[in-house]
Amino acid sequence: MTTIAANPGDMSAHDDADHKPGFFARWFMSTNHKDIGTLYLIFAIFAGVIGGLISGMMRLELAQPGVQYLGQWTTWLQGSEATWDQALHMWNVLITAHGLIMVFFMVMPAIIGGFGNWFVPLMIGAPDMAFPRMNNISFWLTVAAFLMLLGSTFVPGGTGLGAGTGWTVYAPLSTSGSVGPAVDMAIFSLHLAGAASILGAINFITTIFNMRAPGMTLHKMPLFVWSVLVTAFLLLLALPVLAAAITMLLVDRNFGGAFFDAAAGGDPVLYQHLFWFFGHPEVYIMILPGFGIISQIVATFSRKPVFGYLGMAYAMVAIGVVGFVVWAHHMFTVGMSVEMKMYFTAATMVIAVPTGIKIFSWIATMWGGSVSFKVPMVWAMGFIFMFTVGGVTGVVLANGGLDDNLHDTYYVVAHFHYVLSLGAVFALFAGFYYWFGKMSGRHLNEFLGHLHFWTFFIGVNVLFFPMHFLGNQGMPRRYPDFTDAYAYWNEIASWGYAIMGVGVIIFFINVFWAFAAGRKAEGNYWGEGATTLEWTLSSPPPFHQFETLPVVK
Amino acid sequence: MAGAKNHDYHILPPSVTPLIGSIAAFVMFFGMVMMFQPEFFGGYGSLVFGAGLIGVLYTFVVWWIDVVHEAHSGDHTPVVQLHMRYGMILFIASEVMFFVGWFWAWFDYSLFPAPIQITEIDGQMVTESLFGQEGADALLQWPPKGVEVLAAMKLPLLNTLILLCSGTTVTWAHHALINGDRDGLIKGLWLTIILGLLFTTLQAVEYAEATFPFANLNYGTTFFMATGFHGFHVIVGTIFLMVCLFRAYKGHFTPQQHFGFEAAAWYWHFVDVVWLFLFVVIYVWGGWGAPVH
Repeated sequence: MTTIAANPGDMSAHDDADHKPGFFARWFMSTNHKDIGTLYLIFAIFAGVIGGLISGMMRLELAQPGVQYLGQWTTWLQGSEATWDQALHMWNVLITAHGLIMVFFMVMPAIIGGFGNWFVPLMIGAPDMAFPRMNNISFWLTVAAFLMLLGSTFVPGGTGLGAGTGWTVYAPLSTSGSVGPAVDMAIFSLHLAGAASILGAINFITTIFNMRAPGMTLHKMPLFVWSVLVTAFLLLLALPVLAAAITMLLVDRNFGGAFFDAAAGGDPVLYQHLFWFFGHPEVYIMILPGFGIISQIVATFSRKPVFGYLGMAYAMVAIGVVGFVVWAHHMFTVGMSVEMKMYFTAATMVIAVPTGIKIFSWIATMWGGSVSFKVPMVWAMGFIFMFTVGGVTGVVLANGGLDDNLHDTYYVVAHFHYVLSLGAVFALFAGFYYWFGKMSGRHLNEFLGHLHFWTFFIGVNVLFFPMHFLGNQGMPRRYPDFTDAYAYWNEIASWGYAIMGVGVIIFFINVFWAFAAGRKAEGNYWGEGATTLEWTLSSPPPFHQFETLPVVK
Repeated sequence: MAGAKNHDYHILPPSVTPLIGSIAAFVMFFGMVMMFQPEFFGGYGSLVFGAGLIGVLYTFVVWWIDVVHEAHSGDHTPVVQLHMRYGMILFIASEVMFFVGWFWAWFDYSLFPAPIQITEIDGQMVTESLFGQEGADALLQWPPKGVEVLAAMKLPLLNTLILLCSGTTVTWAHHALINGDRDGLIKGLWLTIILGLLFTTLQAVEYAEATFPFANLNYGTTFFMATGFHGFHVIVGTIFLMVCLFRAYKGHFTPQQHFGFEAAAWYWHFVDVVWLFLFVVIYVWGGWGAPVH
């Protein structure tokens, strides 16, 4: 891990460096990694609220058997009485929007665009990103993509308004099954978001390879930077394949293409292969930076360097590499050969090895450490606990044989929400509480932070744990209605959503409290455990930091 | 030394170009959706698309003019030039993965053929699927029965030689540039651009000669999209080289600093290599044994 040989005088006196441009130039024409990071975080919170409200609509509808609300919502949206099919289409639109928003417009912008932009340059001792102007177009293209997706909700998408294809946009539902502009807009939204992410990936890789402070070798680089480096490679190599796949969708939809049209020799399963060749790296794109954040936090609050630093770094590299050769475990039930199932089962299980290295190394970091249970650490420990639950159900689902039963049931929904909603989102909150003082110069309220954690922790567990039972009982995903047999756990899950919602409200109260009454944050408010370079700077750091590069021993 | 920049990195002033570019990209794609769906949006899609396209092109031009100015004003220190090398290589890596998608489709259809055939009915090529019917097994071949492929050893082979030749001329230009021979640089670039335009022209001739349809046939759709995206990249690469030629006349390049040229050359080699794979996989291997038009 990094040790700092700082000359504090060089880093605290930055009078001229703090000269900021005017409002429009600063926020709409930014070439500053910290401001762009802030924009990404605000954007991600905004998108997360929308995506979260959509899941609230879904939990409301699912709270009891029967279809209660969809017809009314659809009538409001389209301004005319909704038919039964249009109401059901509305359900598809909700699950599609929730998935796409949370993946592309909440988790990715927050964890890579937000924390990555803010802290990769700070942690490697760089004054900014390698391509500051390109950094800004990554952000604004993401905004354009989000507007394109939101806009798709108001135009026809086949049976009703909006794109109702699921976030996977499988053909032929997304081609001959969805006539109208909504799916075209959703596809272009993915093109824009993908272009933004590829440019961002190029920026991060170049920054990390070329702009490390003198003395900071790759093997001294903080684990968060390692995680962003691996993530950026996954983005760079996976997203173009998605771009090709969704371009094929457009060709089939609008130019009579035959890519996924079986009657013309096309192959709908090809779309699934292309999608998941992107989609599986994509789920690691969402979680790897979270691993990095958790490593920083666990080390800081255990006042120990992270256990097995090199193993931790290369475990992420291994997860990234193996993540490219396991994709077909998402499609075990398409009718693949037993041999193929065996390979993808075995390859998927291999992922558990480097992931286990990470879990055990975090525990070993805490072991014998001087652990202080500050808010970020509580979130980090919640992450380790809950992500392990999601990881274990992942090992279950990796079995091609078992997956025949569990595929497209709520067991899968439970699994991926444990690794994302309780994994990536916990890492996001952990990082937010860890770095908020550094970014804003204000302290969040410690009590409200703990209250937020416990409310949210109980809420999401009540929300998602029953889904394991529902899945084992056979309840399928993506349906707005279910038999009475599933009523009990569905009602409990919906109550869990309400508890989680209270937690989110506490979070917002805490943020407002911090800006209104929060104590001023000093440079290194976590003390001796916080050893990375961002803690050598003031909070918030000067507009342009490291005008004299720090030297790392 | 508070406030003084003591490093070689490039700290940029604010720029409105990224915002304009993003708005333009939104307008362009939305216009494309309008063109796809005239029954919903009416007939103005091409206007919206055109406005967006102009905005996107404007963004490219203004952005790179800024970069050239910054290069001339000394902002491109050795480390910043290294950034650009990394950036270009990574961009090309992502482009390679984009083509992986199209090759994947081609291999899927050719290694696991579907029981289809095409026949000419009233001057129209019609695809018929015998899936699940008698005689389906006899149709499991690639290319699908009824497809007359383009002769790989005629125009495609000539195009292969043209692109390989253009690879040598661009290397000639590069060596001339390194040795301070601007005349050789300009000649090499002219030849490369002419060969690039020749390639594009011959591709267009070949498209016109093809008898298999684009629509409703996996062979046709994949053939035209894979070679078409390559052709688009050749056109982009040719424009990139034209810009380099313009800059060579203006004397922008020095033997020490000429990254714009190098990026164009790398890109040109990339489209060259993609073509070699297309030639082998699509024209030679992918058309093997089929009747030739």
